[in-house]
Amino acid sequence: MCGIAGLIHKDKSVNIGSELQLMLQALKHRGPDSTGYALYGDTDGQNFIMRFKVGENVGEGSNAVNEETSVYDKRKKIVDKNLSDLGATIVKEERLTPYSFRYEIKYDKDLMEFSKKIESAEMTEILSIGKSLELIKDIGDAKEVCDRYNLDKITGTHAIGHARMATESGVDIKSAHPFWGYPFSDVSVVHNGQLTNYWNNRRALENKGMRFMSECDSELIAVYLAEKMRNGATLEEGMKDSLKGLDGVFTYFVATKDSLGMAKDTMAAKPLVLYESDNLVAMGSEEIAIRSILPQEIDTYDPFDGEVKVWQI
Amino acid sequence: MANLKTTGKKSKAQSMGMHTEVLTGRTQQKFFNPDEAENFYYFGTHDVDFNKRTELDVKDMDAPDANKKIDSLMSEGYGTIVIKNPQGKHSLGVGILNKLNLIFEGSLGYFGVGSCDGPNVRINGRVGWSCAQNLMAGKVVIEKNAGSSFGAAIRGGDLICKGSVGARTGIDMKGGTIIVGGDAGAFTGFMMQRGRIIVLGNVGINLGDSMYDGTIFIGGKIGSFGSDAVTSDLTSSDKDWLKRKLKVAEIGENFDVSKMTKIVAGKKLWNYDNLEPTEKKGAI
Repeated sequence: MCGIAGLIHKDKSVNIGSELQLMLQALKHRGPDSTGYALYGDTDGQNFIMRFKVGENVGEGSNAVNEETSVYDKRKKIVDKNLSDLGATIVKEERLTPYSFRYEIKYDKDLMEFSKKIESAEMTEILSIGKSLELIKDIGDAKEVCDRYNLDKITGTHAIGHARMATESGVDIKSAHPFWGYPFSDVSVVHNGQLTNYWNNRRALENKGMRFMSECDSELIAVYLAEKMRNGATLEEGMKDSLKGLDGVFTYFVATKDSLGMAKDTMAAKPLVLYESDNLVAMGSEEIAIRSILPQEIDTYDPFDGEVKVWQI
Repeated sequence: MANLKTTGKKSKAQSMGMHTEVLTGRTQQKFFNPDEAENFYYFGTHDVDFNKRTELDVKDMDAPDANKKIDSLMSEGYGTIVIKNPQGKHSLGVGILNKLNLIFEGSLGYFGVGSCDGPNVRINGRVGWSCAQNLMAGKVVIEKNAGSSFGAAIRGGDLICKGSVGARTGIDMKGGTIIVGGDAGAFTGFMMQRGRIIVLGNVGINLGDSMYDGTIFIGGKIGSFGSDAVTSDLTSSDKDWLKRKLKVAEIGENFDVSKMTKIVAGKKLWNYDNLEPTEKKGAI
């Protein structure tokens, strides 16, 4: 059991980090191990924002190995050198925790080659690259992660998030959601459910050059959609195709720079409650997530089995 | 209380240390006798006065506290209770075993009004998954939409949703009636054993999958039939019953029931006979 939440304001920018934090905190009982945010913030769109980590959080519940800060420093230096080798320019850098960083960079070449180079450093993983996407995930509940990374100050139009109960993989950042849709900028995915043909799909996608960073089945959705889009499918086409290609029970959200989508498996075995008005869509695993930002009486509904929906800003 | 006795003779399981005693004594099962109905005491019930009305704001309460407060109000004789600000909380209004007019001014989360026997409930909002599961008797009306597993395993009563419902509506139901004014999702009537389901709109795939018995009436399109679900002729008594039920339910009173599709169990999957469970003992 995990909790997922998402929202999109179609006509305005709001304090999106704060709103998503309220929704995810309401779902804490569904997943207390880790929390992740994919926030589509207000930027000038000039530079790429790269969120990456060079180690793991060894906090409560984590099965990661404790490492010295000096080890993280060495890996960061390797990342900086790799960026220089790639011809990327660091415009701004922030160290958010001993192991995680936010860079603003100038870069205009292939993101797949870029990712391979950056992630060649030990324990280094790009959490996201985008001109709007800010992907943050860590051990702890929504409030703790929000406070740790100052997410309540981020404004934007849409966001998706995840409260994780670890089942088939470890309690660590690499297995936490959301997952970045490598190698596409600004694509992120969160998922509630289980995929039963994970290894078959993973082997096929790896043979096509796609990259997996964890053994979490949810990562497959991000990679699966990215591969479809790489071959020319639209986001919605890729999502509809996933209902046939992915086996199991699932409800997932996917977000891009200007859109938000949801898909539900053909057995409708995982919950989702949806509120939709002319200027706002809010959805979550339980109605209390929506009520946390819309306490007034509203009309909500459960999307049906096999339903795919995509909304634009 | 059953007697626990040890015996000298050991079975293979006993000699392996799995258990060392046998249960003897009178059965703990109690059978309801209609002749003794007046003497029947239902633990945890209250005599209430429908004209005695009160309101309860549960905005700052969790579900256990809210349910305890409802029980406390019933013990004081309140027969009409209006719940304010339920705000999607789970498990509200559960385990009510007596007559009561219970009105929710808003929406409920999961497992709302579950395991009830007798109350008349109106929810002026939406309900989440597994609303009214195990309902024994009474009437539950939802003014808006409902989530999946609507009316799971109900034994009796009327469960009415004026909007649309999710997947697995009436799963494992053993009696009673479920009425849906809008559409219903996949696996409607999944493994149902008795009772009736009426859906005025469309239904998703695998309708009536693995149903043992009972009847489903569909007014709209059917995604697909599940295993062992087959159509049957709509009789005049079916039509009369449907009209009466829809009128009482305040839903679809003018709906043309003659165009509905009737679905029953094909009874090809299992070993069926025509005996009631109570008759089987004699037959064996």
